[in-house]
Amino acid sequence: MTGLRVENLSYAYGARQALDAVSFRVEPGTFCALLGPNGAGKSTLFALLTRLFTAPQGRIEIDGHDMARAPRKALRRMGVLFQQPTLDLDLTVQRNLSYFAALHGLRGARAQARIEAALERLEMPGRLGERVRDLNGGHRRRLEIARSLIHHPKVLLLDEPTVGLDAATRHAITAHVHDLSRRKGLTVLWATHLTDEIEDADQLLILHRGKLAQDGTARQLRGGLGLADHFLRLTGEAV
Amino acid sequence: MTAWLAALAAITQREALRFIGQRSRFVAALVRPMLWLVVFAAGFRAALGLSITPPYATYTTYEVYIVPGLCGMILLFNGMQSSLSMVYDREMGSMRLLLTSPLPRWWLLVCRLLASTAISILQVYVFLALAAIFGIRFGWVGYAALLPALVPAGLMLGALGLALSSVIRQLENFAGVMNFVIFPIFFLSTALYPLWKMAESSALLRDICAVNPFSQAVELIRFALYQQLNAAALAWVLLSGLVWLGLAVWGYDPARGLIRKAAK
Repeated sequence: MTGLRVENLSYAYGARQALDAVSFRVEPGTFCALLGPNGAGKSTLFALLTRLFTAPQGRIEIDGHDMARAPRKALRRMGVLFQQPTLDLDLTVQRNLSYFAALHGLRGARAQARIEAALERLEMPGRLGERVRDLNGGHRRRLEIARSLIHHPKVLLLDEPTVGLDAATRHAITAHVHDLSRRKGLTVLWATHLTDEIEDADQLLILHRGKLAQDGTARQLRGGLGLADHFLRLTGEAV
Repeated sequence: MTAWLAALAAITQREALRFIGQRSRFVAALVRPMLWLVVFAAGFRAALGLSITPPYATYTTYEVYIVPGLCGMILLFNGMQSSLSMVYDREMGSMRLLLTSPLPRWWLLVCRLLASTAISILQVYVFLALAAIFGIRFGWVGYAALLPALVPAGLMLGALGLALSSVIRQLENFAGVMNFVIFPIFFLSTALYPLWKMAESSALLRDICAVNPFSQAVELIRFALYQQLNAAALAWVLLSGLVWLGLAVWGYDPARGLIRKAAK
């Protein structure tokens, strides 16, 4: 069983081909970075992976469940962190988390236990009653990560999760998710355009103009070069 | 099944909390019909004579005539506001969060619809309480009989908003919705003038008003206030509600890709 499998996925907006026969697999417990310049097709890939819309061609499998044939099973095993914040700023941490839990069918004591465990992992216990607006940017993002794990997904998809954060927070969040992947066996797909978020041992997919340009570990792919230089040489575009 | 109900409860609670949080929206939703009732209706009272037509058994003042139309107005504006909130949600990403729930998408949309209708109905009753303070009162039984009429009417207008939200791409298009959807729907209905009055000026206008589902919603409300069932209006409201809901589910179908433009 694979964590995440994408086969021959293509998508076009009218005449513009956004994704062209993209195939890759991410094994369970692997942190996989998806690197690509703006317009490479990352957002389209995420929209398809999260079933915002479906592709006429290709196949997506989440923890062994086909997204087209068993979308609800596939979605149940998936956690998502979107690029745009999706917290209700005027609601409390508790309300935000229990809303999400209920969308995944969790409620009552079971939901509450998971919510509290999530906050403990974040080292934020006792802050359930705070309004999200009063949290800083880093805490909000970590809260969203904790929320995306409440239903115990096997695969976590993150679309440029560190946008707008300062360097220290960015580093802390990147390390946190790497750690989750290692310790919990979580399959992670982390889209980014920042090469310093990628560790040498990570699987790396480079998406360029809708096509998968490279797939391997970051160490293999970059060879003797720094990752940013390798990327620049490959795509002709700075990241 | 409990998962489905948990989602319904959570979505309703979220809508209610957001509504309470947006006090200006609440005030605007009440000021609008109150202005019509207190200012517009008072001016029209002298200009417009109303004959005795069902459900009215005696001569009725214009202020009394217009109340069901204003109840409908609250449902209509709220249905559209909910549509605006869907578009806003979609841009903010929380719509995407909702759509990644493993529950069926049609059910998630129905949850949103039920939640927004519940809030609309609450507003209608607050408006009726204010109207009562201004001396426009109905029987207690009438107020109670109104509830089963407000539910289908609110759902139908909410479903219309939902259907629109699946095709509106940008927030600012809501101004277009106001001009091209809300105003024609409201003015070409029996909310402000009875059908026979419309017929005096144009038969075509009368026919448009008669088939307008909003007119049917208003008539359903009007008859319910006098403890009467307008079966034809109810059937028309239910039928059009199903059509709008069908369109909304179609519009939000991931294979249709109508929403892909918003995500691009």
